[in-house]
Amino acid sequence: MDEMNRVVRDYIVREYLEEGDDREITDTTPLITGGIVDSFSMVSLKRFLEKKYQIRIPDADATPDAFDTVQGIVALVQRFRTAAPVGV
Amino acid sequence: MAREDNVMAFITALRDRYQSEIEAIRASGLFKDERYIHSPQWSEIEVEFPAGSKPKKCINICANNYLGLSSHPEVIAAAHAGLDSRGYGMSSVRFICGTQDIHRELENRLTEFLGTEDTLLFPSCMDANAGFFEACLNEQDVMIADRLVHASIVDGMRLCKAMQDTYKHSDMGHLEEKLQEHMDRRSRMILTDGVFSMDGDMARLNEIVELAEKYDAMVFLDDSHATGFIGRTGRGTHEHCGVFGRIDVITTTLGKALGGASGGCVSGRRELVEMCRQRARPFLFSNSVAPVIVAGALKVMELISRSTERRDRLEWNARYWRGLLKDAGFDIKEGESPIVPVMLYDAKLAQDFARDLFDEGVYAVGFFFPVVPKGQARIRTQLSAAHEKHHLDFAIDAFKKVGQKHGVLGLGRKELLARAGA
Repeated sequence: MDEMNRVVRDYIVREYLEEGDDREITDTTPLITGGIVDSFSMVSLKRFLEKKYQIRIPDADATPDAFDTVQGIVALVQRFRTAAPVGV
Repeated sequence: MAREDNVMAFITALRDRYQSEIEAIRASGLFKDERYIHSPQWSEIEVEFPAGSKPKKCINICANNYLGLSSHPEVIAAAHAGLDSRGYGMSSVRFICGTQDIHRELENRLTEFLGTEDTLLFPSCMDANAGFFEACLNEQDVMIADRLVHASIVDGMRLCKAMQDTYKHSDMGHLEEKLQEHMDRRSRMILTDGVFSMDGDMARLNEIVELAEKYDAMVFLDDSHATGFIGRTGRGTHEHCGVFGRIDVITTTLGKALGGASGGCVSGRRELVEMCRQRARPFLFSNSVAPVIVAGALKVMELISRSTERRDRLEWNARYWRGLLKDAGFDIKEGESPIVPVMLYDAKLAQDFARDLFDEGVYAVGFFFPVVPKGQARIRTQLSAAHEKHHLDFAIDAFKKVGQKHGVLGLGRKELLARAGA
């Protein structure tokens, strides 16, 4: 789980922080409510998670609430990982 | 439950629910009030604010009237002539009985001006953006948009079944990564504004076109805040960036520099425009642009093709205004366009600042969430060719006075955020 947290954090830093932005992203940093990720750019995070972990996250579960922290994202991924994996 | 005896048949619970939501917007400092203008759009206008008060003369520094043509006498005369010769409304969508010869003439003029192969008018650029993607792309394709594209492009993308992705604002390295990632799609389309509406900065369009050609992608450009005045002859961001004739599709509006009334268009590769003519829902299901608007826009096209005097004056005004703001100690976004955001970061401060500016005879509006991201509130000033130097000198005195009152002069982002308690 720690490894997954690290992978998600690294992706968020790479994908969403501008050059020179030295904000620390922790497991509880508010991503959506903190303005780091918005609903428009969230789509690439969802796609990354689905591809990386071979899961499908239904649109109804890909909510700003669910994606607001690394902790929340990892919990979401774990939930869908326990279901049968799907080809993506 | 008894029905309210009112115009709208809202039961009490529904009314209460919506009133709570509206009160929450008000309580969060994000409520937007309208102001009522009692004069034509110009550099000086008469404004009733708050509602019911006596209209007051003030300098307008927040209109998209970039070339000062919104109330130009020749444009108004041409619109009158259009009313007389072609009537008031078409009462039809274009493909049934809503196309006049003047629609075709305006589309041809826009094609020539923008350097494309064909053009199709829409009721607005918002409609053009809403209709284009769904008409031309499907689930086999991908749209890769700059993260700060206009809201109408975001809405249009959501209506389309093509894959969506975004790149960090103006980050060509990140865009290239996305293009590489999506080489397995049938086609790739890069989406960008030419001049970004909230920050006033310009797309790196020459680099975008190079990447598009390298990765076999199309380029979609919304040039609403550029058509008519960016580029040496005002043709837009593509002229400015040296890629005239290399953009696959341009959408733009007649509602800003090109007269300020309404209307928009899709202009580009003839096949893409034809797909819109055949399939774009706002084109198929919405009323034709009124003849009076078309006649006015034709006169605008004639005026801006005749001389670059207006766009030259606008360029001077923008440079002068930026210098005045910087010298006064305001935190502004760098750029060359006539959109000059004065950054305040805090929504309440932006509203108070705008209100105080109005008291000093300058009309500008605070921009805050959801129009801009939270914590990025600003006064978005916009220059016009209709501004004379004395307007700008008056305005900067007002800005300085209000800036001093609120203690924002000489402060950068960190200090302003600290003041707001962020």
